[in-house]
Amino acid sequence: MATSEIELTINGHLQRLSLDPRTSLLDMLREHLALHGTKKGCDQGACGACTILLDGKRINSCLTLAVMHNGAHITTIEGLANGAELHPLQAAFIEHDAFQCGYCTPGQIMSGVACLAEGHAASPEQIKAWMSGNICRCGAYPGIVSAITQTANASR
Amino acid sequence: MNAIGRPLPRVEGAAKVTGAARYAGEFDQPGQAHAVIVSATVGLGRIAAIDVATAQTLPGVLAVISHLNAPKLAYSPHKGFIDPAHGERLHVFQDDQIRFFGQPVAVVIADTLDQAEHAAAAIHVDYAARTPELRIEGVETLPAGGSHASAYKARGDADAALSQAPVKVDAVYRIARENHNPMEPHATIAAWDGDRLHLWSKSQFVTNEQVEIAAVFGLPADHVHVTCPFIGGAFGTALRTWPHVTIAAIGARHVNRAVKLVLTRRQMFYTTGHRPRSMQRVALGAGTDGKLSAIVHEGTAETSRYEQFVEALTTITSYLYSCPNVRSSHGLAPTDTSTPTYMRAPGEASGVFAVECAMDELAGALNMDPVSLRLLNEPSIDEGENRPFSSRSLKDCIEQGAARFGWSRRDPRPRAMRDGRLLIGWGMATATYPAFHAPAGARACLHGNGPAEVEAAASDMGPGTYTSMTQVAADALGLPPEHVLFQLGRSDFPRTPPHGGSMTMASVGSAVQAACLAVRAKAVQAAIADARSPLFGAAAADIDAADGSLFVKSEPARRETYATIAARHGSIEAEATCSPDEDARKRFSMHSFGAVFTEVAVDPDLGIVRVRRAVGAYGCGRVINPRLARSQCTGGMVGGIGMALMEQTLLDPRDGRPVNASMADYLVPVNLDVNELDAIFVEEDDPHVNALGVKGVGEIALTGIAPAIANAVYHATGKRVRALPIRIEDLI
Repeated sequence: MATSEIELTINGHLQRLSLDPRTSLLDMLREHLALHGTKKGCDQGACGACTILLDGKRINSCLTLAVMHNGAHITTIEGLANGAELHPLQAAFIEHDAFQCGYCTPGQIMSGVACLAEGHAASPEQIKAWMSGNICRCGAYPGIVSAITQTANASR
Repeated sequence: MNAIGRPLPRVEGAAKVTGAARYAGEFDQPGQAHAVIVSATVGLGRIAAIDVATAQTLPGVLAVISHLNAPKLAYSPHKGFIDPAHGERLHVFQDDQIRFFGQPVAVVIADTLDQAEHAAAAIHVDYAARTPELRIEGVETLPAGGSHASAYKARGDADAALSQAPVKVDAVYRIARENHNPMEPHATIAAWDGDRLHLWSKSQFVTNEQVEIAAVFGLPADHVHVTCPFIGGAFGTALRTWPHVTIAAIGARHVNRAVKLVLTRRQMFYTTGHRPRSMQRVALGAGTDGKLSAIVHEGTAETSRYEQFVEALTTITSYLYSCPNVRSSHGLAPTDTSTPTYMRAPGEASGVFAVECAMDELAGALNMDPVSLRLLNEPSIDEGENRPFSSRSLKDCIEQGAARFGWSRRDPRPRAMRDGRLLIGWGMATATYPAFHAPAGARACLHGNGPAEVEAAASDMGPGTYTSMTQVAADALGLPPEHVLFQLGRSDFPRTPPHGGSMTMASVGSAVQAACLAVRAKAVQAAIADARSPLFGAAAADIDAADGSLFVKSEPARRETYATIAARHGSIEAEATCSPDEDARKRFSMHSFGAVFTEVAVDPDLGIVRVRRAVGAYGCGRVINPRLARSQCTGGMVGGIGMALMEQTLLDPRDGRPVNASMADYLVPVNLDVNELDAIFVEEDDPHVNALGVKGVGEIALTGIAPAIANAVYHATGKRVRALPIRIEDLI
């Protein structure tokens, strides 16, 4: 199958890619760019493990094809910290033990960053509702809510 | 300051929040190809024909492998700790028989994942299909044999006592099939180097995967190397080595390249185990005072046609309460489906559900508080084994949990408590799980530079093995935890038991402690024998360790750091193996206990159940890291909410197809389903279980929560639902 050329800015770096048009944004990250931080949990948009920011908005990267996003800006979990300095939500996840196995964690954090930016973190109830697209099978939800609440309070 | 007992944050936390932690399918190899499995679309029969003509011509396709061209594999006899004692594992691609829906029938290897997925969809398989047997009720059952002889227990005459009991309850409880559904799908990358095979593979038991794959391919065990530093959840599904691991290795050998194989979420419902469907009859007889006089517990669970999977469905019954007449049994219903496997608190979670719901029904029949009924029947010894408990804190758990929950404010009448139009129910249940301990090894090494290195072939599927082992090692060595590097997940590390059964801390922790004490003793010997050391000439017994230094207890100024000793002497290494104290295990019955209290709100018109809060109080020996143990317990409560109200894998009766094999249709709790969860640990000092005094946390956290919710639903609505999950339609 003929490949398509696209340009994407990923975590601040411009990338030129030649991709099979069938390649999802998620598989592009994991299989073509070795950015394994974005996880594949279901490949059906049902679990949220693949959540990334596309032009500032959170999306399930398994549900969209890479070639549809020529020129887009993407942020993944690898692009969140400032060098060795963790993003406040990353630090809060550690502090509140907001994960166990860690596999849903990148998606939770990216979703949490967006939840904060959207203004959907005004209360634990609101956070729970707006974070319910990200499944955590270990059941670390209380820690996730605490970590987002703390980060929201710190930025107010 | 001791590291044990401190709520340290996870040592691997930064790796997990930055995406740096690498899971099995992320160890990309040079020249790696991608494999996609084609799964059977009938439930029983044989493959009549496979048409691969189109698939083979598609761009990038390197090979299509099925029973027609797969190598005949050795499949040498091997039964690991976690394999069913009776039956034989599925031999993949070795014949044309279809034993269950979803069985692998072919694999496509291609340059890219997209190419492999496309080609897999282009393969056409013709089947001669028959209708599979899926029923577990109304069919002939087999007695459960194997290692679970304790499934059959009898003392006194339970049936006679039951018939004479003035108060009795007798009911059947059913639990749906559940799938583990960890967030990380099973994944294996296989790479051959001559006749040596390296697997990066999701596994809770890397040393067993090594031996199993060696047996499948007829290789010496040391020709197989398995690596798995991180597990994205497993809950038991990664204990056994399933067919896809063999398929990845077949594929890699066939195309002479490294091959990556990741199961789809749908395939996670086919060949990687499940909690078996079960039905249990529990009959309780009691005097009018509430004292139990009879317990009958008859369980039946599904297994496959080719293996007899047995779990601890009825083993809790003999020791949970005081009762002179007890009979338990466990039957298996062979079905044309894949073999079930261990899933968090395997057997106990199901058995506790039935027994604890029955106890709630008995409390109702007696007009007695459910807490009082349990306290009244508290035994002084394990009456099944006729020996004392090494420790049993159930009474403390019930009392402290009830106090924290506010149980004394409960109105005992069903449908009596309300919040506006919502029906409020308060329920409770006992939790229990055995304190297992199995032989394990560990190695410790002190260097002139850098942290002390400690390693074992253990796993960390999320409980925090990396962190808690670091704490154990730090205290044994007298080092701050940040100067310890604990590594796990490699089959060439000292052997450990499976990462399951809540035995990792008891087993691996004891070995880590022993290895660290051994290497510390070697460092002491090196220092006191060396004229250049300030410790020269001191007696070994007079040396203590703290803050990274060895020192003479009576003259603390005479001290030297490990680093200095190791720099002069060269790295110092010791390995230790630690086995359970069999004498203590013969003298004592060893179990964890807990009590779980829940509040539910039920919408009387819509039947929607919300778990508003849960309190669990647990007596599980020493807690190494309260932060992590608490997370395990609250995480178990979330799993229990799923078990009680959501989780079920439904099979199409026509062909055995799991009809809801996706994360959208197999419901698990999401953030909005979880409210206040509280876990407390009852102080418990058990000198008999193991050197660390730990009993494990992972499994007990799941037992108790589902029956506590079911009992709360009864209290809220007056409707006794005896089948999990409790559905909206059960309540309207």
